[in-house]
Amino acid sequence: MRVSLFIACFNDTLFPGTGRAVVNVLERLGHEVDFPMAQTCCGQMHYNTGYQREAVPMVRHFVETFGDAEAVVSPSPSCVGMVHELYPKAAALAEDERLARDVAALIPRVHEFTTFLVHVLGVEDLGAYFPHRVTFHPTCHSLRTLRIGDAPQRLLRKVRGLDLVELPDKEECCGFGGTFSVKNADTSIAMLSDKVRCVLGTEAEYCVAADNSCLMHIGGALHRERTGVRPLHIAEILECRDGDPSPAPGFVAAAEVIRDIDGSERP
Amino acid sequence: MDPLPTQPGVPFQEAARLSLEDVQLRRNMGKATTTIRRKREKVVGEMPDWEQLREAGRAIKERTLRHLDKYLLQLEESVTRAGGVVHWARDAAEANAIIGGLVAKHDAREVVKIKSLTTDEIGLNEALEAAGVEATETDLAELIIQLAGERSSHILVPAIHKNRSEIRALFRSKLDGTEHLTDEPKDLAAAARAHLRRKFLRAKVAVSGVNFGVAETGTICIVESEGNGRMCLTLPKVLISVMGIEKTIPTWRDLEVFLQLLPRSSTAERMNPYTSFWTGVSPGDGPEEFHLVLLDNGRTKVLADPAGRQTLYCIRCSACLNICPVYERTGGHAYSSVYPGPIGAILTPQLVGVENAASLPYASSLCGACYEVCPVKINIPEVLVHLRGEVVRHKQDSRFLPSGEDIAMKSLARVFARPGSFERAQRLGRFGQRFVLKGGVITSLPGQLGGWTAVRDIFPVAGQTFREWWRARKKPEAKVPTTADGAKGGQS
Repeated sequence: MRVSLFIACFNDTLFPGTGRAVVNVLERLGHEVDFPMAQTCCGQMHYNTGYQREAVPMVRHFVETFGDAEAVVSPSPSCVGMVHELYPKAAALAEDERLARDVAALIPRVHEFTTFLVHVLGVEDLGAYFPHRVTFHPTCHSLRTLRIGDAPQRLLRKVRGLDLVELPDKEECCGFGGTFSVKNADTSIAMLSDKVRCVLGTEAEYCVAADNSCLMHIGGALHRERTGVRPLHIAEILECRDGDPSPAPGFVAAAEVIRDIDGSERP
Repeated sequence: MDPLPTQPGVPFQEAARLSLEDVQLRRNMGKATTTIRRKREKVVGEMPDWEQLREAGRAIKERTLRHLDKYLLQLEESVTRAGGVVHWARDAAEANAIIGGLVAKHDAREVVKIKSLTTDEIGLNEALEAAGVEATETDLAELIIQLAGERSSHILVPAIHKNRSEIRALFRSKLDGTEHLTDEPKDLAAAARAHLRRKFLRAKVAVSGVNFGVAETGTICIVESEGNGRMCLTLPKVLISVMGIEKTIPTWRDLEVFLQLLPRSSTAERMNPYTSFWTGVSPGDGPEEFHLVLLDNGRTKVLADPAGRQTLYCIRCSACLNICPVYERTGGHAYSSVYPGPIGAILTPQLVGVENAASLPYASSLCGACYEVCPVKINIPEVLVHLRGEVVRHKQDSRFLPSGEDIAMKSLARVFARPGSFERAQRLGRFGQRFVLKGGVITSLPGQLGGWTAVRDIFPVAGQTFREWWRARKKPEAKVPTTADGAKGGQS
């Protein structure tokens, strides 16, 4: 199948490793991956913050970019949720019937990464190997907007060497909520603290989710507090095979890259 | 303990900051909401047809609201036929004038109240006090709040933020004969009972809220847990019930659905202990006069908005409060609203106008847990987002100069409009972040974004963005930064 990857703007910019992992996993399964270079942002932040008129051009742009795709796959469930739930509303707001038709035609072809693997491609065992203790945070949009169910857990259970530990109160929101974390920083921090406490209680090495947006939030605190627990997108686990070096995603890798570019630590 | 400031107009984030620092409140709220949440999950899980019931509840509400004009007239006719008197109140002032007039007509100096959320909405107690009438709340939790001089912090458990030792201290300072009161719930209830019994036996007029008003029969229904409500509904000579117009249901049979949905969703009980019905007046039994005040107070405006209309399905069960992670941590007072929690965050701005409660639609992380538990399927996140749009549009239309957020959002929208400008922004970010990077991460940002970096580090822009990697991969000859692709140790 020819799969068009929608990486999501923040993954493109901050978490390119997740995108690379998705490409690797899909190609290994024998699918052709396409990355339409015109893609930018789905418009979720604008729409959910109330800038709905401003989000409409982004909706149009997305539909134009992916309109002809056979299947669109994204490792960002909250962006997929935006397309499924709110694109029809944005089209209605713009009073654009053609856009509404195009959106309706596109939605069934836009998939979240783990459900695409499990429910569309029918694969659970990707031959992955990841000998680490891992806890999984299900993320609200995956759970309640997209209802991806246990697709990520089914994939994780097939990873050899992986020790999956249940996260207490896993269905409770981590407190990110996009601009909520800025507008209501104090409340967001209170929710985050409880989530971090639950993560640490599992004694996991990695806090895994199918969405980097929540991980950016949880991982930001895990790093600030020097917990040593790393946030990691599920795609980067599924990509790992026996003999691969352990992934060093997130801050550690980014820090190395930055130093490399700066040249400050070059010989 | 000082009561938390709950004056209207305080933005949520400011009020929340105070309650988040209150150790006892955090402890009480966390404990109470977790307990009731678990119980609810259990009793809802017992119902094999819960989803069908929810759908039935939603459908009845939707149909009723579509023909509300018809059902309201039918309700008026049925109540009148049964010997009651119906009054129509467009707003709080009209409702208070009607009730004040009735109290004055009977020359009453004391009024007992039950289920008084709607009367809180119209500020009835303050209006009565101004007229020299003492109103006593008879629901135990509401009595506690009234004695403390606070506002309710929960739709169903108004004193949820207080624990029993705090309540004992309050009773000792306010009620006679409580010098040796313990903090045992039994003793606390007994002290309240002694206090309330005197009020019940003396008051000539009672004021109640309404859970359901049945159009076909004119029957009014109240569900409660303590029986104090039934004392109010049966003992005084005059009963005045204040009912938001959306509480109308068409037929007696519809109660079958709601009386299953409500107790399990609210108190997590299979059936509530007291369910009272009354239809007009019956000579020699109960009140001699019955008045029903039908209150609009902004509801027809909500009804006129297709996107916000579903808010009126609410049966005030408070399941959304108990599940909400924001409410659990901030408590109800942070909402500066009679209706706190997720439902308050959508109902209040619609009743009072988004410009007067602009922070409330943002008092949610949009996690969706409230929608999942709502017994009548109100899509609260959907309405929150709709109202956020209203808030932004109102601000844009009423401001001469755009706000900082406005400028930022519009600039970002322009950046995202074209892939070229997006890529330039990525490169600019990578260049600019070197001035804020500390040990490879961003640890502090200025302005509003500082809230983020207060406890979290920020991931920097990657040395090679995904699109740069993709381009280099497709055209190996192209010149790309020699980053050795840090994230995978050169694997790709």
